Amino acid sequence: MPSLKDLKNRIGSVKNTRKITKAMQMVAAAKLRRAQEAAEAARPYAERMNAVMAGLASSVAGSESAPRLLAGTGADRVHLLVVMTAERGLCGGFNSSIVRLARAAANELLAQGKTVKILTVGKKGREQLRRDFGDKFVGHVDLTEVKRVGYVNAQEIARDILSRFDGGEFDVATLFFNRFQSVISQIPTAQQIIPAKLEGGAPSALYDYEPSEEAILADLLPRGVATQVFTALLENGASEQGARMSAMDNATRNAGDMINKLTIQYNRSRQAAITKELIEIISGAEAL
Amino acid sequence: MANTLQFDLVSPERKLASVQATEVQIPGTDGDMTAMEGHSATITTLRPGILKAIGPTGTLAFAVTGGFAEISGSSVSVLAERAIPVEDLSGTVLDGLVQEARDLAALAPADQKDGAEKLVNDMLALRQSIAH
Repeated sequence: MPSLKDLKNRIGSVKNTRKITKAMQMVAAAKLRRAQEAAEAARPYAERMNAVMAGLASSVAGSESAPRLLAGTGADRVHLLVVMTAERGLCGGFNSSIVRLARAAANELLAQGKTVKILTVGKKGREQLRRDFGDKFVGHVDLTEVKRVGYVNAQEIARDILSRFDGGEFDVATLFFNRFQSVISQIPTAQQIIPAKLEGGAPSALYDYEPSEEAILADLLPRGVATQVFTALLENGASEQGARMSAMDNATRNAGDMINKLTIQYNRSRQAAITKELIEIISGAEAL
Repeated sequence: MANTLQFDLVSPERKLASVQATEVQIPGTDGDMTAMEGHSATITTLRPGILKAIGPTGTLAFAVTGGFAEISGSSVSVLAERAIPVEDLSGTVLDGLVQEARDLAALAPADQKDGAEKLVNDMLALRQSIAH
């Protein structure tokens, strides 16, 4: 049975924890709003980009001159997995859900006898994958210092991926990130970016192209990679804050429950102590 | 009154402009072009330069660094990699852009060298045109 003093200390420390988790929840809520706004602001660009590329791709598809970013290298032996996670923890299952998906994909590819290379974005994913796939790491992008992810960051990551592709380091690249659906639900997603998978493109024969279709496509595809990376970064950012918010909400509630329980225990012990003292006094008086 | 078309300028991070314009001057890779109402549907890539939208409410001018424009009879949407309103342009911003282009040119592999150097020259031309 803990002493009264111990209990009091315990209650004090849980109260402090609750204050911290509450504050983190508020901060996450504010950041989430900003992240959501950023993700929404970026949507028109990504949508137009995809629409135009899909149109172009479907009219170029099948031709000999299709760029390699679209047609692929003709093999799918070496896979690059770009695992995008957060730089910080305390956000519930956010990081683990991405890592779990990436790990499953990696194991499946390995079972098929393919070579897997892993590029990590964000420190948490790297830490979790190191034990199983440490020897597969080919690079890491650190965004610890970045306060607000911008298109520039996405461009850097895309440039890194593209230069590896040009260097013939891999055949297929896939992004792993969490797609933001709501505060309580984020969907771990795998998205293939190289060779580009473009859907719903009707051949847009209506357009004149300046310069040629192929040249435009060759110019757009690298930008498309950057745009997809950017979208993934933003979705991830919003998901991270959403996950953190609900995790911290839970933590705050749990701390509240714990305080209630401890307070009841404290009061009981206090009353027991008083009763004990009274009994001692009374029995002392009777003995006289 | 001249007929207008819908002009949208979008950067990866946000929508910069969405207005009615009577004409839009676009710095295309193969040369400048002006889009007015009824222009034939065209898609063109951009080179670094000044994008101008002249409308009934005034003229908007942006320095763009690259991207593409989708022109149809009734609208122009420009997807620019980076777009800076001309009022916000200063020598230092431009110098930064030029330097960035140079760095890229230095890094570019042999088969992309020409394109990268063209980018540097376009940037320099842009710098010149702003300076005057």
